[in-house]
Amino acid sequence: MRNIWIIGRRELAAYFTSPVAYVFIVIFLALAGGLTFFFGNWLERGQADLQVFFIYHPYLYLFLIPAVGMRLWAEERKSGTMEFLMTLPISTGQAVIGKFVAAWIFAGIALLLTFPIWITVNFLGDPDNGVIVTAYVGSWLMAGGFLALSSSVSALTKNQVVAFVLAAVLGFIFLMSGVEIVQAFFRAWAPQKFVDAVAELSFLSNFTDLSQGVIDVRDILFFASVIGVALFINTAIVEIKKSA
Amino acid sequence: MSTLLEIEGLTKRFGPITAVDDITFSVERGEVLGFLGPNGAGKSTTMKMATGYLSPTAGNITVCGYDVRLHPIEAKRRIGYLPEGAPLYGDMTPNSLLNFVCDIRKLPRDQRRQGLDHAIESLHLHQVLHQPIETLSKGYKRRVGLAQAIVHDPDVLILDEPTDGLDPNQKHEVHKLLGRMASTKAIIISTHILEEVDAVCSRAIIISQGRIVADEKPSQLEARSRFHNAVGIRIAAEGAERCVSVLNEISEVHSVQQVVQPSGLNELVAFSANGGNIIGQVRTAIDRSGLDVVEMFIERGRLEDVFRDLTLGAPAAAEVKEEAGNA
Repeated sequence: MRNIWIIGRRELAAYFTSPVAYVFIVIFLALAGGLTFFFGNWLERGQADLQVFFIYHPYLYLFLIPAVGMRLWAEERKSGTMEFLMTLPISTGQAVIGKFVAAWIFAGIALLLTFPIWITVNFLGDPDNGVIVTAYVGSWLMAGGFLALSSSVSALTKNQVVAFVLAAVLGFIFLMSGVEIVQAFFRAWAPQKFVDAVAELSFLSNFTDLSQGVIDVRDILFFASVIGVALFINTAIVEIKKSA
Repeated sequence: MSTLLEIEGLTKRFGPITAVDDITFSVERGEVLGFLGPNGAGKSTTMKMATGYLSPTAGNITVCGYDVRLHPIEAKRRIGYLPEGAPLYGDMTPNSLLNFVCDIRKLPRDQRRQGLDHAIESLHLHQVLHQPIETLSKGYKRRVGLAQAIVHDPDVLILDEPTDGLDPNQKHEVHKLLGRMASTKAIIISTHILEEVDAVCSRAIIISQGRIVADEKPSQLEARSRFHNAVGIRIAAEGAERCVSVLNEISEVHSVQQVVQPSGLNELVAFSANGGNIIGQVRTAIDRSGLDVVEMFIERGRLEDVFRDLTLGAPAAAEVKEEAGNA
């Protein structure tokens, strides 16, 4: 546990020593706000909730989270620091979790910085703040899901651009697995049961309930499992890559 | 003496390529082992396996009694490692990096202060302590890499080309540092620089194509050289021809090699026929001939020569003769 935190702290500091972190946060905030106001017509809707704010998060994360996660392992492998890190007395799992946690906290900070919109909605009306908190937590969980996928993929390559693209593609499959184009892709060759299972893996459907304030344990378990399984695979990839 | 590092039957294959082929050796406390070999001989691969980074295809590695594969954390705790090229987090400063390593290695407070002071002091890092590592010169980066390897005072120190990129003064400092630490640790360094073996190593292993071809004291290695116990003579050009014939008459002299030096003096090397000491015979013969010799010295043997012999497979002697002929 202590090692995870030491690694996480170093990694988090690494995010903030580069200007990329600040650029990322600004882009995230600008897009999150812009989409809410211009595409969601948040003000015109005349409703005191943040539905149209959260509804765009899956698509924002699809492109922005791979940008956060792409460097996690690709950079270590490229610069050779992976050898330095992995010959310290820590387990591979601790390194994987520590790095993931740092990136997740970073995503959480970006998410928290959207707080003005929460203040605004409370100023303009009388929203159900329980729903908003649930939606924030759900959004952060979903970000964790995307991030765990990005982290695993990042361990596959030394090239951050490749890591970004692979993570976005993988994220797209998970995001859209309930949607017809992905379903059709699987229906062509897989049995119906498998196609249904794929639909269950959809980030979109699992997030929708949470974003509307419905706390369904299955949704929370879903994102927790995605994170757990992805990080487990991540650990295996790191083990394999360092030995080859 | 206690054995701190034991390597037994170590083998690593990458697909069809065998990088390390059945290597066995051990290092005791107090030893500084020089790990020599041409590029691609398997030096770094062996070190990567010893530090638990790569997993071996076959064989065992034991560090202070802990099997690296079964108890990697315990083993790694007792190792200080400088990887090839000294990779470090460029966004960190030497100060934050060293503290990160101390945190991970769970050093108690006073041991931490001592370790940091010692590492920073002996590698002269004061000036750059708060500068991002990516802005440092190659020499400084290498020294930060060394500092993180010694900060926890490990029993086993594994350094992959520790003096690469250092200037002669810095090299000398690092040699002194290794000399000071030698008595309490088992140290392995890999190097291309053969003088370094003379300067710091108590033992040398030469590996070629993944196999150990020599495992001896540096002096024993030198004794394998045909230059071992040869007598070098510097003499003015006029006397050179006569000196060669005088030397050739001595029965213990195998052959004489002549090199013209830029200074105008000629250097002659009289090789010993049986590897024994021939300085007595040579001096008597020179004195009797009345030749005016500028300088006379005994060669200890040339490591380079031995290195080439062992790693190229064919004796380097032929090549040396050729060079002499050209000269």
